[in-house]
Amino acid sequence: MSGSDQGRGPDVLEVQDRARFEQLVLPHLDAAFNLARWLLRNRADSEDVAQEAMLRACRFFRGFHGGDARAWLLQIVRNTCYTWLEKNRPVELMSEFDEELHQQPSVSPEALAIAGDNRERLTRALETLPPRFREVLVLREFEGCSYKEIAAITAIPIGTVMSALARARQRLQSALTHSAPQEASREL
Amino acid sequence: MSCDSTRTVLHGYLDGELDATRAAEFERHLENCRECAVALGTEESLRSMLQRSGLYETAPVSLRKKVRADLGAAASSVALRIPAWRWLALAAALLVVASVSWYAWPRVQNSASSAPFTAAELVDAHVRSLQPGHLTDVASTDQHTVKPWFNGKLAFVPPVKDFTDEGFVLIGGRLDVLGGQNVAALVYARRKHVINVFVLPTKEPDTPIHPPGLRQGYQWRHWRRQGMEYCAISDVADSDLYELAQLLYQ
Repeated sequence: MSGSDQGRGPDVLEVQDRARFEQLVLPHLDAAFNLARWLLRNRADSEDVAQEAMLRACRFFRGFHGGDARAWLLQIVRNTCYTWLEKNRPVELMSEFDEELHQQPSVSPEALAIAGDNRERLTRALETLPPRFREVLVLREFEGCSYKEIAAITAIPIGTVMSALARARQRLQSALTHSAPQEASREL
Repeated sequence: MSCDSTRTVLHGYLDGELDATRAAEFERHLENCRECAVALGTEESLRSMLQRSGLYETAPVSLRKKVRADLGAAASSVALRIPAWRWLALAAALLVVASVSWYAWPRVQNSASSAPFTAAELVDAHVRSLQPGHLTDVASTDQHTVKPWFNGKLAFVPPVKDFTDEGFVLIGGRLDVLGGQNVAALVYARRKHVINVFVLPTKEPDTPIHPPGLRQGYQWRHWRRQGMEYCAISDVADSDLYELAQLLYQ
């Protein structure tokens, strides 16, 4: 990952801007890293990409006129991640977002609890989802973003956030419950 | 309301994104639709599974350092070129930023530097824990049960001690999220009151037990000791809270 080298040094950031940046943007470094980690599924690449995103944020900071700093930063992180994926792993972005899912019978809370009561299985199930499903779940469940923030970060219309989440959750449930039986037998 | 549309509306309801009219409409529907009731239960358990999974990955120290270095390098090269009058403007600007952010974002009070969570987040976490079924993930009065329970669930091991003899009964522990970080919550009972002690790792130096903070009728005591940040919060009298803080501090 050489991207973090280009344009190094946001020399346009003056001292008072830096103080504002530290106050408003830097506290969301965890959020930035977490989103990158789940989009790229790999800590080392995420560290590079998150660093690059922070540099970009520095460079664009003049254009930030208050408001939701976390959503503003996460939007940059997401774009940086997608640019990186396009360049390094284009295949991952080709999965269909609008793929129609058959309406599946509801999974019972108990069955789901058994399937998901395992950190690694949950990680793998999340990672098998297409990035566009994964990101809405990460933003909603890990970051606690509102629909409005999710729309701003992912550039999907606010009216479709709800259905995107509905489909993402359904995908996650089926990934969890389908992987469960083999996992269980392997663990025995 | 057809069940197809409900499948989507259900998520808006779950996420608290419906307006009052639509939420009430959905609740009426929920009374008569078994399928939706089951689906809602499933979604709720999926949510708590995700939120309690500890899968949130915080930024590694190396990244934090690199970003700081990037910022520092940028600012120091600029600082040298700033004429004296700009420094005054800067000081004024910083004062404004500091005072504005103090009102907008009141951190848990602390003499050295602020805690990595806000007073509002702290009180929210405490109130949330008091809702039915939320208080403990592991319910036990035995510190040797509670402590190992945290193993593998957090990137640090919180110190777990029972003070039954001193009147603070350890009733269990749980994972919680505070200021966007995974934290350990130790739960103590003082007479009929619940005290949550949030514990998370810190790189800041030790501090004494800070004066009490107060918000919405809840009081807290905050301190740092041996690489851990502690915040004890409850509706008990501050003297009780301080007593527990001192026991934990030892």
